[in-house]
Amino acid sequence: MTSQPGNRVAVLIALTVLTLLVLAASIRYGAIDFSVAQISRALASLFPGQPEPTLDQRIFLELRFPRAIMCLLVGASLGVGGTLMQALFRNPIVEPGLVGTSSGAAFGSALFFVLGGVLHIGTSLFALPVAACIGGVLSTYLVFLLARSKEDGRASIVMLLLTGLAVNALFMSAIGFLQYIARDPQARSITFWSLGTLSGASWKAVEIISISTIAGALVALRYAKQLNALMIGEEEATYLGVNVNRLKWIILSVNVVVVAVATAFTGVISFVGLIVPHILRMIGGADNRYLIVASALTGATLLTLADLLARMVVRPAELPIGIVTSAVGVPVFIFLLRRRQYVF
Amino acid sequence: MLAANNITFRVGNKPLISDISVSFAPGKLHLIIGPNGAGKSTLIKVLARLLRPQDGSVQYEGVNVSDAREVELAKHRAVLSQAIEVAFPLTVREVVMMGRYPHFGGRPGPADERIVDEMMSHFDVTEFSARDYQTLSGGERQRVNFARVLAQLWREDDGARSENGSSTPCRYLFLDEPLTFLDIRHQIDFMKKVRAFANASDVVTVGVVHDLNLAARFADQIVLLNHGRFVAGGSPAEVLSADLIRDAFGVEPSFVSTQHPGLHLIFE
Repeated sequence: MTSQPGNRVAVLIALTVLTLLVLAASIRYGAIDFSVAQISRALASLFPGQPEPTLDQRIFLELRFPRAIMCLLVGASLGVGGTLMQALFRNPIVEPGLVGTSSGAAFGSALFFVLGGVLHIGTSLFALPVAACIGGVLSTYLVFLLARSKEDGRASIVMLLLTGLAVNALFMSAIGFLQYIARDPQARSITFWSLGTLSGASWKAVEIISISTIAGALVALRYAKQLNALMIGEEEATYLGVNVNRLKWIILSVNVVVVAVATAFTGVISFVGLIVPHILRMIGGADNRYLIVASALTGATLLTLADLLARMVVRPAELPIGIVTSAVGVPVFIFLLRRRQYVF
Repeated sequence: MLAANNITFRVGNKPLISDISVSFAPGKLHLIIGPNGAGKSTLIKVLARLLRPQDGSVQYEGVNVSDAREVELAKHRAVLSQAIEVAFPLTVREVVMMGRYPHFGGRPGPADERIVDEMMSHFDVTEFSARDYQTLSGGERQRVNFARVLAQLWREDDGARSENGSSTPCRYLFLDEPLTFLDIRHQIDFMKKVRAFANASDVVTVGVVHDLNLAARFADQIVLLNHGRFVAGGSPAEVLSADLIRDAFGVEPSFVSTQHPGLHLIFE
């Protein structure tokens, strides 16, 4: 079942509305609920000539609000990352978390956290995402290097998944080791990368993630048509005028940057990138021009819902969001695997 | 005019084709024949610039194609391969529209839409327009792909073209065993449509087929390859001789005459 472009515009409008509604719920409910009046007073206090914000208003402005925005951006990053990986590998069950990008990025960040303190390197906020990107690039490259067949140099999906599993385990144990040798406050921050949490949100982080997310999505959109051509095969895409090797490098780089920067601030959040493009293809077909925009919106919506759930179920405490996305994502993943007869 | 000059293509140290020089004129249908492993597909891929030969050059109208930009090449060079799988659910119209990708930037223009509609009706796939490509049969899929490939090369004046020799640059159509997996009726139907397109004075058509009778019936010129080397080239009557077929294929042909003109072969 596929549908026509007309539907897609309707889907995109509906998704935008849904994203805004979920955002509204996300800034309103949590450990403390804020009324609409409180929210508007808090926002008003940002303008010159208004009274200084109260404690409640500051909680809203410095914790709740940046967290909600960061959640949207991280969700959008993961959604777009998933769409790009699936398009690039022409396979609907690939996602950044499964092929090692996320765990490598988490390892890069954890290593930076432990060693950065010791070596006194880079206290700038950009040093962390750079460390995450290096980790993400290395792990992704490692997976593809190991998964490549000796005969024809192609990576089959079963090899990718198995190698991804092994490389993920490797980086997770490396994170565990860092955690073991780290001093207590560092060890606590490392835990959060392996479980995923948005509790570290700040406006500074929002700034950095918004740059990578928006730039990444724009570059991806520019190559959407070429990614479409790739759906009929690498040779055929070449015949349609696509420089396939160049495309692969660009898309892999975009994916690694977008996912690694998000992971640097939130830790490993799996399955969002897997499920989002899947759902969207069922609704509006596989055209990547539509998928990239829609997966940004849907990723943002789903992750915000997951964050809301993580904050509500054990309130006033909260769960790591990675636990929520995995709890929901694993059954969906298994369902998708069983529904489709994949030929490995 | 398409010319290959002394091309050799190796994988590792093993040459798949060696020192082939051959040229293909526009307005004619050229078919390449040869036993398995003769290098037919490799030659097509080198001519279409998917593969770059280690030695020799391929020239389109006298210009070496080795440095041409992919997207520029795609505006006048198209290739129909066998059994195209689509990784995700795409509609038939979306697949055919891909043929127009080299010709538009962001969104297809009205001319692209018209050409896609025209090609879909030409190949009788209009009724499948909104169907998911993955649900089609092998024969239906190949019709869709043929529509896509011709959409890539089609010019809007093609329908009403006069034969007074155009000044437009040549277009190149390559067929890489497109008939595999098709039944005999679809094979003949395909070859007739290829034949009709290949007659255009600015179109160079080179294809690979396995069936020697199809080659005999439809080709203007035949190239026979064996062991990666050029063996013979010329009209079907010249190339499809008992000696050449016996040497290349290891079978003994007999020629029979029917009420239809042309060569008809049966094999012992």
